[in-house]
Amino acid sequence: MGMDFSTLRTLINRYCAGEENCVDTRTVYIGHKQPPPGTEAFIQQRFPDNRIVSSKYTFWNFIPKNMFEQFRRVANFYFLIIFLVQLIIDTPTSPITSGLPLFFVIIVTAIKQGYEDWLRHKADNSVNKCPVHVVEHGKVVRKQSRKLRVGDVVFVEEDEVFPCDLILLSSSRDDGTCYVTTASLDGESSHKTYHAVQDTKAYKTEEEVNCIHATIDCEQPQPDLYKFRGNINIYMGSEPVSRSLASQNLLLRGATLKNTQYIYGVAIYTGMETKMALNYQSKSQKRSAVEKSMNAYLVVYLCILISKAIINTAMKYVWQADPNRDEPFYNGKTETERQRHVLIRAFTDFLAFMVLFNYIIPVSMYVTVEMQKFLGSYFIMWDDEMFDEELRERAVVNTSDLNEELGQVEYVFTDKTGTLTENNMEFIECCVDGNVYVPHVICNGQVMPGASGIDMIDTSPGPDAREREELFFRALCLCHTVQVKEEETVDGIKHGIHQGKSSSFYISSSPDEVALVEGMKRLGFTYLRLKDGHMEILNREDEIERFELLEVLTFDSVRRRMSVIVRSSKGELYLFCKGADSSIFPRVISGKVEQVKARVERNAVEGLRTLCVAYRPLSTEQYEQVCHLLTRAKLEFQDQDKLVAEAYDLIERDLILLGATAVEDRLQEKAADTIESLHKAGMKVWVLTGDKMETAAATCYASKLFRRSTQILELTTKRTEEQSLHDVLFELSRTVLRHYGAMPRDTSSGLSGEYTDYGLIIDGATLSAVMRPSQEDSNSGNYKEIFLEICRNCSAVLCCRMAPLQKAQIVKMIKASKEHPITLAIGDGANDVSMILEAHVGIGIMGKEGRQAVRNSDYAIPKFKHLKKMLLVHGHYYYIRISELVQYFFYKNVCFIFPQFLYQFFCGFSQQPLYDTAYLTLYNISFTSLPILLYSLMEQHINMEILKKEPSLYRDIAKNSLLTWPIFIYWTVLGVYDAIVMFFGAYFLFDNTTFTSNGQMFGNWTFGTLVFTVLVFTVTFKLALDTHYWTWINHFVIWGSLVFFVVFSLLWGGIIWPFLNYQRMYYVFMQMLSSGPAWLSIILLITASLLPDVVKKVFWRSLWPTTTEQIQTKRRCLASEPSTIFMLSQTSSRISF
Amino acid sequence: MMASSYNAKEEDGRNSNSSTHGGAAVAKSKKPDNTAFKQQRLPAWQPILTAGNVLPAFFVIGLIFIPIGIGLYVTSNNIREIEIDYTGSESGSPCNDCSTNFTWNTTTPCICTVNFTLNQPFEGNVYMYYGLSNFYQNHRRYVKSRDDSQLNGNIKSLKEPSKECEPYRTDPVTKKPIAPCGAIANSLFNDTLELFHNEPNGRTTAVPLAKRGIAWYTDRTVKFRNPVGDNLSEVFKDTEKPMNWMKPVYELDPSDPENNGFINEDFIVWMRTAALPTFRKLYRIIHKNSSSTLTLPSGSYTLKVAYNYPVSSFDGRKRMILSTISWMGGKNPFLGIAYITVGSICFFLGVVLLIIHHKYDSRNNSADIPN
Repeated sequence: MGMDFSTLRTLINRYCAGEENCVDTRTVYIGHKQPPPGTEAFIQQRFPDNRIVSSKYTFWNFIPKNMFEQFRRVANFYFLIIFLVQLIIDTPTSPITSGLPLFFVIIVTAIKQGYEDWLRHKADNSVNKCPVHVVEHGKVVRKQSRKLRVGDVVFVEEDEVFPCDLILLSSSRDDGTCYVTTASLDGESSHKTYHAVQDTKAYKTEEEVNCIHATIDCEQPQPDLYKFRGNINIYMGSEPVSRSLASQNLLLRGATLKNTQYIYGVAIYTGMETKMALNYQSKSQKRSAVEKSMNAYLVVYLCILISKAIINTAMKYVWQADPNRDEPFYNGKTETERQRHVLIRAFTDFLAFMVLFNYIIPVSMYVTVEMQKFLGSYFIMWDDEMFDEELRERAVVNTSDLNEELGQVEYVFTDKTGTLTENNMEFIECCVDGNVYVPHVICNGQVMPGASGIDMIDTSPGPDAREREELFFRALCLCHTVQVKEEETVDGIKHGIHQGKSSSFYISSSPDEVALVEGMKRLGFTYLRLKDGHMEILNREDEIERFELLEVLTFDSVRRRMSVIVRSSKGELYLFCKGADSSIFPRVISGKVEQVKARVERNAVEGLRTLCVAYRPLSTEQYEQVCHLLTRAKLEFQDQDKLVAEAYDLIERDLILLGATAVEDRLQEKAADTIESLHKAGMKVWVLTGDKMETAAATCYASKLFRRSTQILELTTKRTEEQSLHDVLFELSRTVLRHYGAMPRDTSSGLSGEYTDYGLIIDGATLSAVMRPSQEDSNSGNYKEIFLEICRNCSAVLCCRMAPLQKAQIVKMIKASKEHPITLAIGDGANDVSMILEAHVGIGIMGKEGRQAVRNSDYAIPKFKHLKKMLLVHGHYYYIRISELVQYFFYKNVCFIFPQFLYQFFCGFSQQPLYDTAYLTLYNISFTSLPILLYSLMEQHINMEILKKEPSLYRDIAKNSLLTWPIFIYWTVLGVYDAIVMFFGAYFLFDNTTFTSNGQMFGNWTFGTLVFTVLVFTVTFKLALDTHYWTWINHFVIWGSLVFFVVFSLLWGGIIWPFLNYQRMYYVFMQMLSSGPAWLSIILLITASLLPDVVKKVFWRSLWPTTTEQIQTKRRCLASEPSTIFMLSQTSSRISF
Repeated sequence: MMASSYNAKEEDGRNSNSSTHGGAAVAKSKKPDNTAFKQQRLPAWQPILTAGNVLPAFFVIGLIFIPIGIGLYVTSNNIREIEIDYTGSESGSPCNDCSTNFTWNTTTPCICTVNFTLNQPFEGNVYMYYGLSNFYQNHRRYVKSRDDSQLNGNIKSLKEPSKECEPYRTDPVTKKPIAPCGAIANSLFNDTLELFHNEPNGRTTAVPLAKRGIAWYTDRTVKFRNPVGDNLSEVFKDTEKPMNWMKPVYELDPSDPENNGFINEDFIVWMRTAALPTFRKLYRIIHKNSSSTLTLPSGSYTLKVAYNYPVSSFDGRKRMILSTISWMGGKNPFLGIAYITVGSICFFLGVVLLIIHHKYDSRNNSADIPN
């Protein structure tokens, strides 16, 4: 059957030869040997070599490609256009004014990217040139890694990294297995077992391997690390043997061989087609809310710019209608100018005005914002308080684009296990048919029934019960995928386990399993190792029991259970199954279901993680049937997953319940305090977990997500079974809305804390019912709305029994709801990755379940408690800083350019610049750039401690409140006002009189310099007024840049500059300063410009103070007071009702 | 168990170190430095603007600004200034003939006289300005139409003026370069103004007008320089005078050989383009007499104008201004009024803030911070 398919596929391949795209499988000839004649023709597909290319550029294409990529950014392109316009037409300002900043930015970026690419080239080279061992003609040959080809047989030794994706042929172990750690791929440090195909595992030397005559059919490369389907056809003798290949046969590039001397494998995916390389694709770009407002402002300013240019062009032509104005006798045009068509003239005039005013959108803003984000993110990494002593880890910033988004979070979606809890499992108890065993009351292997007065305990276990008890223990010792890791000593496995814990320990991808096996050890049954397909257990009598491991029905999150099939030394066949109660109970046919169920529920309420254990004795026929089912499913190519699931479903039934276990997962340190702070900060916290409702709810109570006063609304399968979903939803929404209808909703009432808050519990099944797109029922569209309405009014929501994808769906749903709230997802495991990627901000916790969450996150923190500082302090600061940065940049450029606009009305709309070229160029680059950059890195409007103590301050910046249109308009109006004051102040001063004491007159450049001096001082002082945190650096930069301006002006006007075709600024600045009234007017104009802003600030602070301002005012007395909130840290993780 | 999990984590961390890539994530798993800067705990002064602490500043500003303003205003009012418009565009005005009969190609200037009376005597140095209105010296085409290196005495630029001077770069007839080139130089103001005092005894005496000291010292000595050469006429041999000029640049001031060429002060004053379309430029200085008599006693005066400069085509006006000067320059009430206004506003705001501070801030301070 399988053979037929593969032949067919080869035929298709042949048909499509040359067109790689339509080939969905590939055929690999092991050792490049042709299959025996007659089976099929030898078609060599072309595969890439094993070269890894992570670099973007080559030496030749760097400049064009990098330039192209840089100018693809709208801002750069805009400035390039401005620059080109300046080059082409006769413009008021020299091309240097916009060219210099632009090329500075472009070159710095290019150097940075070039350097990064050079590093990548170096890394690529070292990877591509590192030696690998390849079997050629029966000998092991050293080759450079990049020369490896598909079909090569590769020899890898212990602790080496696989150079490409390999199919395991054989290993030094007799059973054809090898151990691999994929830590660098997905971060799971546990040792995973990989298997060789039965028929090839015997070929253990290079000569033997060279004799293997086989082809591999497998799918074309795809990025999923855990999916692989393929077939190997081995030609031994006449009849080829076909075996299926799955991910347990595939060794991935990047993984490391462990605990195995050597392996032979055949390369099937090489170079950029390896799964590791395919996984390196960049994540989708997330944009922050601030960036969106910034772009909106830019559009506004672009409109202002264009309308300014249009107004001036139109005015110019109205004004010039009189030829004596257009060309008076003293100011003739050249012949070419005269002959130019009026439309062309108008257009070039328009462009010239655009150029004149283009500084209103400054290049430097982008650079400053980028620098602020990049440099600012270091404060997160440097934060000592976010360093975890235990993990030796500090916070990691994977993207600095979202720093300020941390200050805008409205919804927090958190995982439970490993995030809220430590994921440090401790075996608490087990219950066999109602008998409760607690390990810490065991003495010398004597099992004592639970000492606490639990009425279910059967105090006298009879011989029958004893047998079942031991079966239960064996089941737990056998039904797992735990590996034993031995430390150094090769033969000391048994020895180690006996002597001390330190020399050998258990490793598993699931901490629950480790806890269970550890727990069993304490109850007297020690799992020793898996050897030659036999699991060895040391029982209470210190005897080694051997069970042959026949099948492992691995755990998956859909089935929520796993099973093993073992054969005991007596030849009895058992299927042991353990899993979540909900997935075990329906499959149980006998056993003390009631007692166990009661115990499980009781444990769940206490916040313990429970698992049920069941078994099924198998007859030989049944086992053969099982084998048949499994092999058939595994041979299948297309729907393998589905078929395997079906097979598992058939096998795992008719179980006999043995008992249940309870494992405790402790709450993370300060989890409750963190959640409480987030609540106070106005964030809605949702817990999304795969756990069962009772356990999750208990954790929620423990972590103060639900308080005793919280009214819990349930939207669970239990309820929807009784009533229709429709009724439940409407009832709940009525409850919630009645409450809010009765109480006038005060937007700032979050501070009062008096109203009853609601908590919602929903489970996965109901959620999918709510979210299901409307089919026949037109109402179901409304369900989503009603559900969202309920959620909006609940301070906390618990979603239990969630599949990983559902987590992302929820995040997506909230993101798409009509307020478009900013969401944050935090989690530690691979199952949280989808939600981390989906949310506006994704935070990974450096937990135990691998590093996948960390790798896919935007920020990673060691512990959940660090979220508090991350949001309340860093997020708050970054938001304050960047919003001031954005507003201030627009403000200072309005101040800068608006006088130029006004000046056009007094110079015949001739595009005469008000300021000198040097001032135009350097204004944004050096006179006013550093103070705002430093402000945006250092500003702390409130002390860190207060931000932590008063989470409610976070509400002051919610909803992008510092970048709303009114505030933007305020800044713009302020800028226009300042510009008017400066321009007309200078205008009236210059109006037809002199202000020197020797009667000499000043010209237009003095006029511009006066305005510019006032401008630089005003915008710098404005920033100084906004600065609340004056470190020596701020002092240095603010006063320093003013001094720099003065020194520069003195120098610029101080000498006749050679190579410059104009000397217009010669002594202008000095002459101006030699005049008393110039000084007086500078002081006056600065005062008048700053006055309204100061008045506004003081008045608002006194009359309508925000919480932030109140606290600023009272800062000193507060700092000395001990805070009540601060003392509310949790003392015990265990909660009792 | 604890030991085992710890080890596993260690390994985890190490691996991630090598596998995590990306700009910001470098050098981790070490304890961050506990420096004040990295922990954002640099010692800082943390001022806040409250009514309480801004209030004194407002009063202080008010109390400083108002006296300054009054002082400026009084000073400005004490300055004597008289403006004589001699455009002659209205029929019947003294220069009407000259204005209406203006032609470019005359060798003999049209002379007109304007009589005026000073009601009050002018003391100290008196400065004589000419003023033009509606004259766009700040037009872009005009402003850039000059060659600063030519004016600085560069021989090369003298022979080959900058392109910016077009269309006043080379003479259309002789094709020789123009010196000084450009629109600004070409349109040099060339009215000659003379002042006569009609004394009560019937005598008419010319008021001595000093030509020197009207341009910036730095302009005269550094920025403007004649090309090197013994004889100016020799130096400018291969150049042409600007088209509108009657005399070449080296004959601008026949009376003072040091005041010729590019360093002629009238020329330098003109070359400093005015900021606004209505402007005045310093023309002459009437130094105060060595004897303690008044510089310009009150009485009747005659202004004799050699009317060369046409302004009627662009509706311009020409004025002659006589003004005394104080330490703060000429007559300009703006600065004084502005100071008084800003000072009063500050004072007023100070009072308002005082009220607010008493009413609201004390309330706010006593109120508890809501939790």
